[in-house]
Amino acid sequence: MIRLEGVSKRYPGQEKPAVEHIDLDIPEGEIVIFVGPSGCGKTTLMKMINRLIEPTSGRIFIQGEDVTSVNPDQLRRRIGYVIQQIGLFPHMTIGDNIATVPKMLGWDKGRIDTRIDELLELVGLDAKTFRKRYPKQLSGGQRQRVGVARALAVDPPVMLMDEPFGAIDPITRDRLQNEFLRLQAEIRKTIVFVTHDIDEAIKMGDRIAILREGAQIAQYDTPRRILSAPADAFVADFVGAGASLKRLNLSRVRDVPLSFWPTVVVGTDRAEVLSILRQSDKGSLLILDAENRPLRWVTARDIDRDDIPLEEAGLEPEPIVERQATLQDTLNLMLDSSHGAVLVVDADGGYLGTVDFATVAQAIQGMRREARDQLRAEAVELSETRDLAPP
Amino acid sequence: MMTSAPGPPLPLPEEVVTGLTPAAAKHASQRRRRPLLGYAVMPVLLGLACLGLYLWVQGKDLDSIERRLVNADVIRQGFVEHIKLSLASTVLAIALAVPLGVLLTRSFAKWFTPVVVGLANIGQMVPSIGVLVVLALIWTIGFQPAVVALAAYALLPVLRNTMVGLQQVDRSVIESARGMGMTKRRVLTRIELPLAVPVILAGVRTALVITVGAATLATFVNAGGLGDIISGGLSTSRNTVIVTGGALTAVLSLFVDWVAGIVEDLLRPKGL
Repeated sequence: MIRLEGVSKRYPGQEKPAVEHIDLDIPEGEIVIFVGPSGCGKTTLMKMINRLIEPTSGRIFIQGEDVTSVNPDQLRRRIGYVIQQIGLFPHMTIGDNIATVPKMLGWDKGRIDTRIDELLELVGLDAKTFRKRYPKQLSGGQRQRVGVARALAVDPPVMLMDEPFGAIDPITRDRLQNEFLRLQAEIRKTIVFVTHDIDEAIKMGDRIAILREGAQIAQYDTPRRILSAPADAFVADFVGAGASLKRLNLSRVRDVPLSFWPTVVVGTDRAEVLSILRQSDKGSLLILDAENRPLRWVTARDIDRDDIPLEEAGLEPEPIVERQATLQDTLNLMLDSSHGAVLVVDADGGYLGTVDFATVAQAIQGMRREARDQLRAEAVELSETRDLAPP
Repeated sequence: MMTSAPGPPLPLPEEVVTGLTPAAAKHASQRRRRPLLGYAVMPVLLGLACLGLYLWVQGKDLDSIERRLVNADVIRQGFVEHIKLSLASTVLAIALAVPLGVLLTRSFAKWFTPVVVGLANIGQMVPSIGVLVVLALIWTIGFQPAVVALAAYALLPVLRNTMVGLQQVDRSVIESARGMGMTKRRVLTRIELPLAVPVILAGVRTALVITVGAATLATFVNAGGLGDIISGGLSTSRNTVIVTGGALTAVLSLFVDWVAGIVEDLLRPKGL
């Protein structure tokens, strides 16, 4: 979809190029993250795709077309551009901001109006309320939503995003990231996303390019592979010591096997509850209500106390997650709970099973093993095609 | 968000104003539209001042010289000429300073900017009377050299405010505009200039007011204006006449400032 061939950027008077000779292929419909330490040239590299910075050498292809020498203004009208400081035009309404590129391309008013409403709904803003407002009346998160809407105005196939959520508070940023991922699942644009935050890269990227000085690629791979098999010390250092834990953001509860605590339905006779508990290897038991929803955690001592009915004894059934929760969030909840386990429920709240520390650790081991096996398989395949002795 | 109640100006979001902002620029960008009643204060005060002046002059026994120098016809003519001079020279100053200001803020202009700004500085620092006299000697006397001299005087505030107004436009707004495929010219006309308007208008307002004051010197090249009254009173040593001429100039100055303030508020882009 986007191909960079031998692209480089050298500023006069500087001994080292900002971007050394780089070849890169960005597949269609994916979010590719450029991440690296400050000054590595990731923003410079991205800006050469829409020629805000002209490459010193090399060629850029978008959808097979060589765009290295076409009119840059016209090129940019086909590429969405979102920046950290957002840059909404303060003297224009939100509607006019979004209408900028459509107007430049000569769309008629009716089409533009429909599109503005469409886009505002798409980014989660009520069209009627926000169309006529001015940027200064919006919060930072709302402004960046408008920024994204504005970039999508003419439905460009490619979007460039330069630390788009960098200037937003962490809570809103998290929300915007999730919403953006949901949006991307619908619209499937080809997106180049620059960030300095490796966690954001892992969360958002289908593919990550970890860049060194001069925008040299240290590793260009899926987040999973980068975490489980970093190419060298630079990548390993950049990803950070918490690589195993970062992997937990990639897996969800539905990806791991659940473990089971003994359960009884409310109303069961105490003696029977006690015997079920004794027969299991666990110290506590989960009482479910008539709809199979978790009601209370009880121990043998709670069962023994006749004066308190079982459905009020013991502890609240928490924490609870649904199957799409990430393992990272689940682990956090586990650390807060007093049972070292988290209850998993379905969409109606019905009990499915539990996730505990052992399950999470096993999941991490599994991922590492998987990645290692894959690399070994590739090595074997490669050596066979080259007629080398198997390793 | 045009509120009708006056209050402290809202702080600008960081993305609207960055970089160097001298007090004038910041002040201009932060003014809010005043409540309607606020606009009435100045004309009422000026009306009272004129009334006071009129009653004071009426109360005096004017001799023939004074009556010749201060009467309804002379005053009316003086006002008309003075306004013509001030407007013409300010318009000329704007016509020169704004395009110049645009040019000097472009990236290619870096090396000759100090030269041009230096020249504009000279235009304001050299006493206008000197400029007027020199022009009278090398060119002609009357309306034209007066307008040129006054325009030279008014050039600097408009030029400086144009440059500052353009420079204080948030770089990220310009970057996102270019990133969306706007041509440089479109960015200038649709983004930079509209966003610079409040600051430029503040400069125009300053230029108008100082021009009204300086135009009193036009009398020395026979270009008329309220300066005729003042210099008439000076040469005949009639204090009443001098005071009248001076007071009328001040009233005109304040009135022009008031009108310019309204225009400023009307022309400020919404959303700023």
